[in-house]
Amino acid sequence: MSEIALPKIDSSILNRKSEIVKKLSKLTNIENVLSEADELRPYETDALSVYTQTPLAVVLPENTEEVSEILKYCHSENIKVVPRGAGTGLSGGALPLQDAILLGLGKFNKILEIDYENKCVVTQPGVTNLGITHAVQHKGFYYAPDPSSQLACSIGGNVAENSGGVHSLKYGTTTNNILGVQMVMMDGTICRFGGKSFDQEGYDLMGLICGSEGLLGVVTEVTVKILKTPEVVRAALIGFPSIKEGGDAASEIISSGIVPAGMEIMDKALIEATDNFSKAGYPRDAELLLIVELDGTESEVNELIKKVEVISKKNNCSSLKLSNSEKERLSFWAGRKAAFPACGAMAPDYYCMDGSIPRGKLAEALLEIKKLSEKYELPVANCFHAGDGNLHPLIMFDGNDKEQLRKTEEFGSEILKTCVRLGGVITGEHGVGIEKRELMCEMFNDNDIQQQLSIKKSLDEKNLLNPGKVYPILRKCAEEGRVHVHKNKDKFPDLPRF
Amino acid sequence: MSTKIKINSQIFQDSNNVYYPKDESEVSDLIRELYKQDSPTEIIGKNSKSFIGNKTQSANTTSLSKISGIIDYRPEELYIKVKACTPINEIEQVLSKNNQELAFEPIDFGYIKEGKSNKGTIAGYLSCNYAGSRRFKVGSVRDHVLGFKGVNGKGDIIKSGGTVVKNVTGYDLSKLIAGSFGTLVALTEITLKVLPKKDSSKTVIIYPSNFQQIYDFFNKLSSSSSEISGAVFVPEQSKDKDFVTKKNSVFKFNDLKSNISFIAFRVEGDKISIEEKINNLKKELKLSNSDISTLDVYQSEPFWKKVNNLEVFEKTEHNLIRMVIPPANGSKLCKHLENNHNYFVDWCGSLFWIEVNSKKEEKIKDLKKMAKDFGGYLTVIKTSSEYDYGEAIFTVDKVRLMISEKVKQSFDPKRILNPGKMYRGV
Repeated sequence: MSEIALPKIDSSILNRKSEIVKKLSKLTNIENVLSEADELRPYETDALSVYTQTPLAVVLPENTEEVSEILKYCHSENIKVVPRGAGTGLSGGALPLQDAILLGLGKFNKILEIDYENKCVVTQPGVTNLGITHAVQHKGFYYAPDPSSQLACSIGGNVAENSGGVHSLKYGTTTNNILGVQMVMMDGTICRFGGKSFDQEGYDLMGLICGSEGLLGVVTEVTVKILKTPEVVRAALIGFPSIKEGGDAASEIISSGIVPAGMEIMDKALIEATDNFSKAGYPRDAELLLIVELDGTESEVNELIKKVEVISKKNNCSSLKLSNSEKERLSFWAGRKAAFPACGAMAPDYYCMDGSIPRGKLAEALLEIKKLSEKYELPVANCFHAGDGNLHPLIMFDGNDKEQLRKTEEFGSEILKTCVRLGGVITGEHGVGIEKRELMCEMFNDNDIQQQLSIKKSLDEKNLLNPGKVYPILRKCAEEGRVHVHKNKDKFPDLPRF
Repeated sequence: MSTKIKINSQIFQDSNNVYYPKDESEVSDLIRELYKQDSPTEIIGKNSKSFIGNKTQSANTTSLSKISGIIDYRPEELYIKVKACTPINEIEQVLSKNNQELAFEPIDFGYIKEGKSNKGTIAGYLSCNYAGSRRFKVGSVRDHVLGFKGVNGKGDIIKSGGTVVKNVTGYDLSKLIAGSFGTLVALTEITLKVLPKKDSSKTVIIYPSNFQQIYDFFNKLSSSSSEISGAVFVPEQSKDKDFVTKKNSVFKFNDLKSNISFIAFRVEGDKISIEEKINNLKKELKLSNSDISTLDVYQSEPFWKKVNNLEVFEKTEHNLIRMVIPPANGSKLCKHLENNHNYFVDWCGSLFWIEVNSKKEEKIKDLKKMAKDFGGYLTVIKTSSEYDYGEAIFTVDKVRLMISEKVKQSFDPKRILNPGKMYRGV
């Protein structure tokens, strides 16, 4: 893998390691500070495992006051800090730095309050996304954003990345589903934005923090909104003889006034890969497969599913199945949820890209990707969150072949540039992190980036919090930007990725 | 002609010394020049909401009202990109042709200001971030902004976001701009998420007997999977006769007894699912047909317009307060307000619109303390002529003020844009 530029290492910090570890051990329990090589190894990378770095030390504070004291100390001693949630991020946002301490929030793993009257849950950031839903589902509630890694990813990490999921069109992403956060700034100041009521007054600092990738503060408490579980959920599994007809049907569903809970598209390569892998019973003759999920009250869902049926037939669908039970609905999703491992079974390695495009540009984007696939002689399979325009091409290659690796990098970068050219963006949900940093200038000019850096400077004057992430270091649009999985050895191989 | 000469000429100014830049580059030139001169400016659009917030103390006024027009509307992509001062009415008309709408239900502040509709521009709405009755279901204005372009306090044109729903590229500055009252950037372009209009709506009226019952109903309504898209409580009120008369006339509908306290909740969707949801909710709230009345779509739509136009406070000369608290504390607040102030409750128990007599500024202080104790905040939306600004219009704590100052500094280091509009020093 190509080398990635990181901020210049401050050797004076490296030389002071034992003194720093000693001090940290006074700011939290001594067993919460890890500094030996074997202790640090599990923290060398996040889910973008192609990049590894050993941190100076790992500290696992237990409460907000400890986080504040640690940051205050690091601020006064000019020590860099990299915050980390569950380490499931796909863009290297929690990649350690050799001269930085890694601040893990793993011990912040408790739900503090479930407040049904105010329809919210107050939780520590280390609680998993799905853990919140598990805590309230017996009363018929759930937490809406559902990133595919929800089993393992932490809510604090969701705030840092503004995580989405397949239901984003109808239910929004993290930023639309949280009411408040408690955060510690780099200088140790503890602050609270929002609470249990809607819309804070004044600058929406919670909105700024959400999706800031750990660059502006360390979140130590989150208040999330919970919703009542819909009465009925049904899905339709629809095959189309061409990309255009399937894409048109997806657009028509939206323009007809239906807001599906989820809408997913898979291309022929992925239909075959997933059907081979998970025996999902997908229509293998289809060029494009559309899964539409609808939720609401019984008659509402039945009415909407009838409309989807009419639109699909009008657009010449080659097959159409409607779920008549929860089991059947889940079987429709089984193949889709196995998309990533299915690609892993087809080639030694795959890269997952994460761009967003306007829905109507799907056919154009897929055609372009097909051309690129031929140009680089590398197979690609595509899945697309058609509800919200998030495109995940999976490029298959052999990482041991240096030339293939180089070509994959170029291919990936060209895909993301295509997304921008079609009116989209370079990352829909995985974050910029370290991997897409140099592609920021594809979307933003100097003024835009300078404004964002000014905000960073105003809240972290010494640039100590997660430096080297999100914003270009090289100031050239380098060829970067993908998730790399070798021989299906994903850092979290059991997590569904979609 | 140099910008310096231009800003001193009639090209930019009218006879009241208001600058009217015509496009983004003129806004940039103007602000860059004002930055050089250390000369702050008030930023206005159509002036429909400029009464909200502190009075800016600046030598200049810049009207962005000429930056208007629809740039790109893609109904199938569910977005509309407009120049910042495009009137809300124009946007709503265009969307309506495709059976779409701004789901956050813009409030028409024209009624409280001058007794008639004046919705103003989308930039004004975004700058205030005040959503209407549907907020608790669909989110606020900030949740519907996909991206923007604007000019910061140094005159630099900046942008953030895009046209797609899922976008985590860089800081989400659209959120920060929402509710910033023009103190961070002069907006020039806004992209909004739009949503399909619902086929129909009905409104069910309940007549609760006490405050606890009101909040039991609100709690059950917001806990139901038969989703509602609006829920208000309008109290009977007895002391202020003028207000009672006004309230009874505003809410005069065939199927509504407006002279006693009532809760109204709205159900939207296709006709079959509306009936299904109402039946479900009647069961969940244990209501019989004799307990309720129903407004059909012809009454329901104007009812919610009147709520969102704040028509009960039409042309108010008192202080009008907007207080948002977690709903669990709502019944306590209702008890406090009873017979003290004119008010009504929106957002299924979370948003309070309260009128405070002009001579009782200390009452605002009490209410603000109460809002904070309850975990919320208040804003004095309209001040009476006697208001002396002894009590700040906005609610802010020390740490947030400190951070707000830093954020302001990063956009507008010389405080050129709307200085003091929100907080002193910001």
